[in-house]
Amino acid sequence: MAKWTIQAERCKGCGLCVDACPKQILRIDPDVINHKGHSPAQMTDETRCTKCGFCVLMCPDCAITVER
Amino acid sequence: MSKTNKPHSMTETHTHYCPGCTHGIIHRLVGDAIDALGIEERTIGVAPVGCSVLAYNYFNLDMTVAAHGRAPAVATGLKRANPESIVFAYQGDGDLASIGMAEAVHAAARNENITIIFVNNAVYGMTGGQMAPTSLPGQLTQTSPNGRDVDLCGLPVKVCEMLSQLDGPAYIARVAANSPKNVIAAKRAIEKAFRNQVEGKGFSLVEVLSSCPTNWGKSPKDALKWMDSTMIPYYPLGVYKDTSRREIDS
Amino acid sequence: MQETILMKGNEALAEAAILAGCRHYFGYPITPQTEIGAYLSKRMPEVGGVFLQAESEIAAIHMVYGASCAGKRAMTSSSSPGISLKSEGLSYLAGSDLPALVVNVQRAGPGLGGIQPSQSDYMQATRGGGHGDFRNIVLAPASVQEMASLTQRGFDLADEYRMTAMILSDGTIGQMMEQVTLETPVPKLVEKPWALTGTGGKREKNIVTSLYLSPKELEEKNLTRFARYKLVEERETDYEAFCMEDAEICLIAYGISARVSRNAVSAARAKGIRAGMIRPITLWPFPSAALKQAAKTVKHFLSVEMSMGQMMTDIELAVRCTRPVTLVSHVGGVIPTPEEVLLAIERAAEEAAV
Repeated sequence: MAKWTIQAERCKGCGLCVDACPKQILRIDPDVINHKGHSPAQMTDETRCTKCGFCVLMCPDCAITVER
Repeated sequence: MSKTNKPHSMTETHTHYCPGCTHGIIHRLVGDAIDALGIEERTIGVAPVGCSVLAYNYFNLDMTVAAHGRAPAVATGLKRANPESIVFAYQGDGDLASIGMAEAVHAAARNENITIIFVNNAVYGMTGGQMAPTSLPGQLTQTSPNGRDVDLCGLPVKVCEMLSQLDGPAYIARVAANSPKNVIAAKRAIEKAFRNQVEGKGFSLVEVLSSCPTNWGKSPKDALKWMDSTMIPYYPLGVYKDTSRREIDS
Repeated sequence: MQETILMKGNEALAEAAILAGCRHYFGYPITPQTEIGAYLSKRMPEVGGVFLQAESEIAAIHMVYGASCAGKRAMTSSSSPGISLKSEGLSYLAGSDLPALVVNVQRAGPGLGGIQPSQSDYMQATRGGGHGDFRNIVLAPASVQEMASLTQRGFDLADEYRMTAMILSDGTIGQMMEQVTLETPVPKLVEKPWALTGTGGKREKNIVTSLYLSPKELEEKNLTRFARYKLVEERETDYEAFCMEDAEICLIAYGISARVSRNAVSAARAKGIRAGMIRPITLWPFPSAALKQAAKTVKHFLSVEMSMGQMMTDIELAVRCTRPVTLVSHVGGVIPTPEEVLLAIERAAEEAAV
């Protein structure tokens, strides 16, 4: 069960979460495009996620949820 | 427990802000503070003229829009008319530090029991990136195409430094929305600025340094870096005035 | 409750505002209306109200905007140069459909002008006074009594039609002392479900704004507003007719000019000249229908005003230029005398007889 989720339609692909992630496990996949034309952030390896919530803190669009 | 992103006092509406603009972070921090204090049902917001003119779309609160720069006066009227309300103004740097300077200074001098969130991104965002009163020396903008010439247009206005010289205000602080650490500090400051009003302590203003990737001509990531390397050294973070702290000291 | 006392016009207006339930005054000092602020600074705390001296005329009217957003009766007062500063707020109040009472105790302009009485803000007041299409209900008191009664009417009208009511007075009416009977009216209390009082967790949020980015939506807002203005024109136009039954020479005058004109009409009647006066009590809406009706029998109109023909334009429009309209005016703080107005009546009567 995913503990890190993103509302891909809210995401504008700014990548602030990618830079904030201490484990560098988030990425922007340019091949995925949401309805607004943005490439939303994706989790690449949730097993390494510490649920620190930095991505949530830095997301300007209230797109990310981390459950712990 | 979940680290949710959207506070209850915010709507589901997607914001119109550009990708990477930190207005969205600051909105969330305002929402978090309102949620934390349980004041959503009696909070009234005043949106400015600027990029955040549509802020009323994003909060589950009674809200109005002030004329350019007049948000502190409108907030004063709202608060005086109904002191039980929690009233905040959300203003940009053109709005507060240029056209609305008088309203901001005098609301502070009166120690008006309101909260102001002052978002400083050193540029006029909505109109397309003109020089702001807070644009840094040498900063390229649409109306300072060769960089802000301080001989021609003077030096930036440091709002926290200036307002903290007044005897009136209760709380003046500057924070930044450019890193997890700074956002956590910003969250605390914004919550305090609202709590001060709930406790009747008076005028509280939090200046939040914010990014404008679009008009700075930078990627969202580089914009945050520029804040760290250039903006924060010019606009030092910290608490500039806190009368409650003075009470504790004495 | 009624009591008849001797009072200054400005003070009568201030006390009447309190009696009308206004508890929120925001203002900035300017001659010749300072008595309003001085009076309310003492009285508001006594009735649990708010008197706040703002940092500027601009701030004051935006404080009124805020208090009105909260659903409260709020007012500001000023004189001509200060009203120019308030024009921004007038526009935003109109665009947000907020009720407010704004007082202009006119002094002579333009610019700093002088501190003597004037009526030269007629156009500014009756055309809205700020950017965009909008109107204010403009009430013109001609006595200390009317400074009180029209203020109370102004609050009711503002609430009912969600617009600014402006008391367009002048330095003479503001400063003069007269007997006034202060009444405690029963304010027409209007529900304000749009007010920003906090959702209380019980209703959808309210938004008060003048911003409409969709042209269709903004046009609709404007049209709805003007439909309301039409109602105001139909229902609220007010004037006083004096010696108009058989009048051939008709004076149009308001405020202090109307008092002068009344004497001149009486003097003309004593000389056998069939003179009369229509005194607009509402300058917007202007009593155009009454003038149009009068034009059927009146041979000559005189616009007696302390401005350079600003009101004369409205008279010409009302009578569709079917009758001559002569301007009788003084500006700069000079008040027309009954003698010179009488002279103008006599000239007009001679012309009419030819």
